[in-house]
Amino acid sequence: MDKAPHPQLVELGHLMVDGSPHAVHLGLKLEAIGEGSAQMRAPYHGDFVGDPETGVIHGGVVTALLDHVCGLAAFAGFGGHDPVATLDLRLDYMRPAQPGADIVAEAHCVKTSGLIAFVRASAHDGDPDNPVALAQSTFMVTRASQKAVEKAKALFKGDAS
Amino acid sequence: MSQSLERLLTSPYVKAMGVRFDQHGDELTGVMAFAPHIVGNPLIPALHGGAVGAFMEMTASASLLCAAELEGLPKTIDVSVDYLRPAAAKDVYARAVIGRLGSRVANVRVEAWQDRREAPVATLHAHFMIKRVDAA
Repeated sequence: MDKAPHPQLVELGHLMVDGSPHAVHLGLKLEAIGEGSAQMRAPYHGDFVGDPETGVIHGGVVTALLDHVCGLAAFAGFGGHDPVATLDLRLDYMRPAQPGADIVAEAHCVKTSGLIAFVRASAHDGDPDNPVALAQSTFMVTRASQKAVEKAKALFKGDAS
Repeated sequence: MSQSLERLLTSPYVKAMGVRFDQHGDELTGVMAFAPHIVGNPLIPALHGGAVGAFMEMTASASLLCAAELEGLPKTIDVSVDYLRPAAAKDVYARAVIGRLGSRVANVRVEAWQDRREAPVATLHAHFMIKRVDAA
């Protein structure tokens, strides 16, 4: 990390979850964000069941949760200064999540290099040692994401920066 | 339409995402209609990468259900998504190509696009566990 972490990293992290319509729609919650790491929760909800016969949550919810938490870890990896966009996301589904259980995902930014951040994450439904899914992803500081920050700064007239 | 494809289409999550499939013969196109709740970053504005990934995963499952008689829904083993362009705030389309349809495992690739099919917004590559009814 070449810059000191942003003093409002936690507030910015919450803004990136609570200000994202899809994350709000899925009920995703930010539980922690720190130096190059983030933790989020997807509460169980009947509307997001993938197979009505088993009541198991659709893998897509896990995909969105892991994409979001990895993005936050990448953002935190850049010290909270640069917004990122997903380049790729690889998910391994170890087992179906238990019907009725929340899913918790933890992500760590392993390394940032130039404009790229390398992130690993896991998702579990209660026991961190028995993951539901593992993720490996890369993120990039893009022009589109930087433009979005300029817009955000204009919206908050500088008090979010 | 097969019973399993019906089961996928009636799943609460598929309905909540506003995903439908246009089937013409053996060709299947997934359509995720734009809705405000699939936006990830409202400032760009761009669709959520997870929503696009999930949509491509559904398209892959649906294409398997069309291609073979399966017991239950395909179970995802792994997915790998490449994001090529920001997905704009409008409808997304996706089509799948089945790389291999084994008796237990299937390999599928999906491309998702908006304006031009030659300019995909994202691609997916996935493996699924399947149970073929027609396999011995």
